[in-house]
Amino acid sequence: MTNDQMGVNKPADASAASAAAEAPMPAGGGSRNMANSARAILSGVARWEVLLVIILAVVVWWGTRISPNYIQPDFWNSLNFGASVSGTMEVAIMALAMTPIIIMGDIDLSVESMVGLSGAVLGTLFVAGIPLQLGIPIVLVVGALGGLFNGLLVTRWGLPALVVTLGTLALFRGLCNVVLGTSYVSNFPSNFTAFGFGYVPGTDVPWTLLTFLVLAAVFCAVMHYTWIGRQIFSVGKNKDAARYSGVRVARVRTAMFVVSGMVAAFAGVILALRYNSVRADNGTNLTLVVVTIAVLGGVDINGGKGTIPGVIIAVFTLAALQSALRLAGVSSEYQNVAIGLLLIFSVITPQLARQLRVLVDRIRQSRRRPARDPVPGEVVR
Amino acid sequence: MALSAPANVRAPSSAGPMIWRIARSREVTLAAVLIAVAAFASVRAPNFLTADNLVLVTAFAAIIAIAAVGEALVILTKNIDLSVESTIGLVAFVVATVLKQHDMPVPAAWALGIGLGLVLGMANGVIVTIFKVPSIVATLGTLSVYRGLDFYVANGHEVNLVDLPAGYSDPAHQTLLGFQFGGIGFSGIPIFVILAILVVAAVGMALRYTVIGRQFYAVGSNAEAAAVIGVRSRLTVFLAFSLCGMLAGIAGVLWGIYFGTLYASSASGLSLQVIAAVVVGGVSIAGGSGTVIGAAIGALFLGLINNELPLLKVPQEWLTLVYGAVILVAISTDALIQVRSQRAKARSRVR
Repeated sequence: MTNDQMGVNKPADASAASAAAEAPMPAGGGSRNMANSARAILSGVARWEVLLVIILAVVVWWGTRISPNYIQPDFWNSLNFGASVSGTMEVAIMALAMTPIIIMGDIDLSVESMVGLSGAVLGTLFVAGIPLQLGIPIVLVVGALGGLFNGLLVTRWGLPALVVTLGTLALFRGLCNVVLGTSYVSNFPSNFTAFGFGYVPGTDVPWTLLTFLVLAAVFCAVMHYTWIGRQIFSVGKNKDAARYSGVRVARVRTAMFVVSGMVAAFAGVILALRYNSVRADNGTNLTLVVVTIAVLGGVDINGGKGTIPGVIIAVFTLAALQSALRLAGVSSEYQNVAIGLLLIFSVITPQLARQLRVLVDRIRQSRRRPARDPVPGEVVR
Repeated sequence: MALSAPANVRAPSSAGPMIWRIARSREVTLAAVLIAVAAFASVRAPNFLTADNLVLVTAFAAIIAIAAVGEALVILTKNIDLSVESTIGLVAFVVATVLKQHDMPVPAAWALGIGLGLVLGMANGVIVTIFKVPSIVATLGTLSVYRGLDFYVANGHEVNLVDLPAGYSDPAHQTLLGFQFGGIGFSGIPIFVILAILVVAAVGMALRYTVIGRQFYAVGSNAEAAAVIGVRSRLTVFLAFSLCGMLAGIAGVLWGIYFGTLYASSASGLSLQVIAAVVVGGVSIAGGSGTVIGAAIGALFLGLINNELPLLKVPQEWLTLVYGAVILVAISTDALIQVRSQRAKARSRVR
C-alpha cells in the first residue's frame, strides 16, 4: 500500500518542482528497486503535461492537414496558428495569475470585468488628456485595488471566493458601464498600439507574446522555485497545516488576488491597444477561457495541484485548436463548444486514468494476497 | 463528525422563541427590505404601482424565481450550475422552433421543452456524479456546449412572434383571481406568478418535510457524515442537477411565452441573475443552508430593482453595478451576522 501511495504521490509532488515538463524525466528519485523506478518512469510519462504536448502535436498536425498555411508563410499574420497565439495573449497572462489562485482553492471570476474596467479607465483618462505613460500605471493601480477588494472580502470576512468574485464580476462591469457609458474611445497613439499588434524590432516575435513569455518565466520561477510558491502550494494542500507551519495564509491569498487584479488590468490595456478601441463590453466572457486554460493545463480546480508549464502548454494548445477550427471554417460560436468540451474532457480523462490505475492496482493486489488472512498488527507488503 | 446539524441548518424543530426565529430569518428581513424598496419606488415613481407595470415585473421575476429554485437545490448540495442560462435559452428556442416549423400542438411543445431541460440537467448530473468533474468546471463547459447547441438549432435565424400560434404571448400578461368590488379593484395575480408560487410551495414542502428533502441539506452540510448515516449523496446530487435542469426548462418555456421573439443568444448572462437571486435569498454557497422561498424572494427583489432603476431615472448603465453591490451586501451581511452570533455564543459559554 505504501508503494502505491509513493507511486501516485511522488510525481504529483515532483510536478511542482519540475519546470521542464516537455522533457519527461523520471520523477521518482528515491525509488528503491527496479519495479518502483519503472513505475516512476511510467507515471512520469503519463504526466498530464506530456499528454497535453501530444494533444498539441496532434492539433498542429491536423491544422497543417486542413491548410498548408497553418504554420507556413507569414506565421504571425494570417488566419493561422501564430496569429491565434498572439491573439490569445490577454487570456494567457490572466491564466498565469489565475493558477496560484485556483491552486489555493479560490477562484477569481471577476477578471473579465476588470479587463473592461481597466480599458474604460484608460480610455477615459486618455480622453481627459492624460498621456498613456501615466494612464497605464494608474490603471494597474486600479486593478490592484480591485484585487485587494476581492482578497479582503475573501480573507477578512471569510466569504467564499466564488460568490465574492461573482459579485465583483457584476460590480466591476457596472463601474465600467458607468465610466464609459455607451461611448467608445479609440485612436490611441501609434507607438502604443504597436505594443498591441506590433513586433519586437528586428524579429518576428509579437510584443504580446514576448510579454507573456517574460511573465510566464517570472510566474514559473516564483511558483516552483521560491518560498512564495511553496507557501501557495501548502495553502492549497491544507490551510490549517500551512497556518501552523507559519504561513500567513490570509496575506498570501490576498496578495494573489491583488496580482490577479493587476494582471487582468494589464490584459485590459493590451486588449485596448490591440483593438485600438475601448468599449464597455471589452473582455466579456473571457473568464470561461481563462479558467479553461488553467484547468486544461492540469490545475486542480479543488486546489493543491497545478504547474505553470502545464498552463503554458495549455495556452498554445488552445490557440492551436482555435486557429485549426477557424481554418476548418468553424464559426466562433462553435469554437466555444469545442473549448467547453475540451474543458470537461480535460478533467474527465485524468479522472478515468486514476480510476483505472486504482482498479489495476486492486486486481494486482488481490492476486498477490497471501493465502491466510494477516494476523492483526502484521504489516502486509 | 456526526450530523449534529450545524447552527445554520434550519431543521423543522429548531429551538428558540417563534418571534426571534422569524425576525432572524433571511426571508423575512429580505421581504421587509423588498417592501421598503417598493414603497420608496411607488412614492418616487407613480408609474411603478400601476397594474400593468406590476404584472410586467412580477411575471418576469417569476421566470427567474423558478430557475432560482432549481439553482438553489444544486447550491444546497454544495454544487453550482452555471449552465442554466444556456438551458433556458436552448429550451426557449427549441420550443419556438418546433411550434414554427412542425405545427406541434402547444402543450406537446411545452412538454418537449421541459423534457429537454430535464435531459440537459441530467447530463450535468452525470458529468458531476459519475465522471466526478467538479460542478463549476462541468457546468462552465456545458454553459458553452448548450449555447452552441442553441446556435446549431438556430442556424443564424430567429423566431418572431408572428411565427408562433396566435396569442402565444398572452399568458404572460393574463391574471387570475382579479375582482372589482365597488371602488376597489384588484387586477389579480399573474399566471406566471401563480405557477412560481406552486413550484416554490411544492419544492419547499418537499425539502422541509420529506426524507429526500432533508438529504439535500445533509449532503450539502457534511457529505461524509451524510454517507455514514446512509444518504446516497451522489444520487442526491444527480437529482438536484436533474431538477435544476427541469425547472430551467420550465423557465425556458415561460421565457419563450414572455418574449415571443427569440434569438440564439436569448437569456445570455442570465445565470448571474439566477445565482444572485439564490445568494441574495440567503442560500449559502457553501451548501446545506437556505430555503427556496428565500431564493424566490431574492429573484423578486432583483426583478424589482431591474424595473425600478429606469422608473427612478437612474441610467441603465448602473444596473449591473447595483446588482453587484446587492450580491456583495447580501453575503457580507450574512458573514457579519454569523460572526456576531458566534461571538455571542462564545461569550455565553464563558459565562
